[in-house]
Amino acid sequence: MSILVPVTSVIIALLIAAVVILLIGKNPLNAYWVMLKGAFGGKAAWAANISKMMPLVLTGLAVGFGFRAGIFNIGAEGQLMMGAIFATFVGINLGNVSPIVAIPITMLAGILGGAFWASIAGYLKAATGAHEVITTIMLNWIAVYLTNYFVVGPLAVGQGVPKSPEIAQSAQLPPLMTVQANTLPSGIIVSIVAAILVYILLDKTTTGYEIKAVGYNPYASEAGAISLKKNIVLTMAISGALAGLAGAMEVMAVHHRIFGDFSGGKGFDGISIALIGQNNPIGIIFAAFLISSLRTGSNAMQFAKVPDDIVTIIQGIIIFLVAADRIVRTLLAKMAISKGGETK
Amino acid sequence: MNIFQAIIYSFSTPIFYKLMLLSATPLIFAALGGVFSEVTGVTNIALEGIMKISAFSAVVFTFYTGNPWIGLIGALISGLIFAWLHAYVSIRWSADQIVSATALILIASGLSAFLMEPIFGQSGQSDFVSKIPKLKMDFLKDVPFIGQIFDELSIFVYLAFIAVALSWFLIYKTPLGLRMRAVGENPKSADTLGVNVFRIRYFGVLMSGILAALGGAYLSIGELGQFQENMPSGKGFIALAAMILGNWNPVGAMWAALLFGASDALNIQLQSILDIPSEMKALLNLLPFVITIIVVSGFVGKTRAPAADGIPYEKE
Repeated sequence: MSILVPVTSVIIALLIAAVVILLIGKNPLNAYWVMLKGAFGGKAAWAANISKMMPLVLTGLAVGFGFRAGIFNIGAEGQLMMGAIFATFVGINLGNVSPIVAIPITMLAGILGGAFWASIAGYLKAATGAHEVITTIMLNWIAVYLTNYFVVGPLAVGQGVPKSPEIAQSAQLPPLMTVQANTLPSGIIVSIVAAILVYILLDKTTTGYEIKAVGYNPYASEAGAISLKKNIVLTMAISGALAGLAGAMEVMAVHHRIFGDFSGGKGFDGISIALIGQNNPIGIIFAAFLISSLRTGSNAMQFAKVPDDIVTIIQGIIIFLVAADRIVRTLLAKMAISKGGETK
Repeated sequence: MNIFQAIIYSFSTPIFYKLMLLSATPLIFAALGGVFSEVTGVTNIALEGIMKISAFSAVVFTFYTGNPWIGLIGALISGLIFAWLHAYVSIRWSADQIVSATALILIASGLSAFLMEPIFGQSGQSDFVSKIPKLKMDFLKDVPFIGQIFDELSIFVYLAFIAVALSWFLIYKTPLGLRMRAVGENPKSADTLGVNVFRIRYFGVLMSGILAALGGAYLSIGELGQFQENMPSGKGFIALAAMILGNWNPVGAMWAALLFGASDALNIQLQSILDIPSEMKALLNLLPFVITIIVVSGFVGKTRAPAADGIPYEKE
């Protein structure tokens, strides 16, 4: 049943989006076929797809981890950007060091950047009760403006689009494979390993048990001598660290620098992914693959003259149905009954 | 001019107060919307999405009919539809209200971006359309200072303050307002006393749709005469902060919205006065967001949300 709800939601969302595509006078079957080919048709499509999936697994984990502790970290977007800024700062200032040193240091910088940014919201929630939804959204905007400032100010380099210099060669993650203009980034391995680590942390350790307990019932946990405040800050820091790692991966494995509008909504996609994956690290891997496929496919869909914003609508409808899971459950139950009736 | 002088100078100009009113107006509408919804016990962080879709609908309806008043009606209808969706799943189906609202923000964002190209032939921004006329105060023309603030303001500005007064009266001085507050504080006992909890909550959420839609329509057909894809740019969320800071009270929310309006106006003023590099000016855009964080974390301890806010009510 637990996997049936997201799957049904995806199907309903695709059906509703098909109606929207029809309304602008385009053929939805054709649009979806182009989308499928764009996401899975050939090695280059797969490389682009996996490349998009890499940061999405991490932002999905970031948001999902927060959810497990009852914290709505809507700030993965800003945390990703701060991670990218930190990683870039360190990456461009590394001299002649070997990759064995440079890669972990740059990665760690990204992790710390994200953790630091999220901790601000965590600390404010613990200290003053400021709601994390508001503070993380404000921190997102601040991160956007800070990134814009860095790429036109202190880090600005070259002409044209505002951007930073490239990070040192030694800090760049080599691709697993190169197909035409697309590369299959080795960072995908980092993402999968992170998902497994989060799974172990949540399900096999005391810290994970405490975090889940706080999320499940904060008052009972407090009575059970689990420090609420410590857990809020810790959860936020870990959540932000994951989003920051996503930013570092984007810098180290894909773009090798930061530029304006660096994230492009990957942090917000993390919310969709966490919800579709039901906050389960392994479920999140599959959910990230779903969203990256939709996004990769939608780029191709523009050749069929269907704006790629259709994906945002599809994502919205999926989340809406996941929120209203009772509607979907009731629907599924009714279908099960009518099916049962036929066989009798 | 140093930054301190620039701030003092800003405060002494009428243009600062005019900018403050203009920036505060959409925040007042949306914050009032938040108050209506949350007083009855339903959180509505979808205000940002409602503002966006209604700003868009306002321009689309005006574009096709040439009449901005019909555009306004279009905005209100789209605001009501989105608010109804939120109400339906969170009241009827006990959905997680933050998740449902997040979904609506995405749908509003996706839908407005998706329809740009088929309707206007380009993405990013729409064509210019006619605006709701501004109110000219000719008799104030010769009054110094005040005259320059009020000579020509959008009707929405006045409407926002009227809405504050009416909302305050409705929530604190009428039987309906008493029922709304009862449902938000303790739905179970309200239910026992014969109040229809579901119907009152629908009313609260639908009102939030109307008010946020007014805020959205103001942005597009009130001020600019155009829709831009990044349009509310966080105003829906700043409005939520204003609502919290205003202690879920229409008048308090108005003062908070004015404070945020002032920080926005200060940002605009400083960018034009200060003699600093342009990338430093861009950094001043942080100001309203930093002030929001400071204010929300500094004052929130003294405020209190309605007790049943965000908790679905289920009849046994």
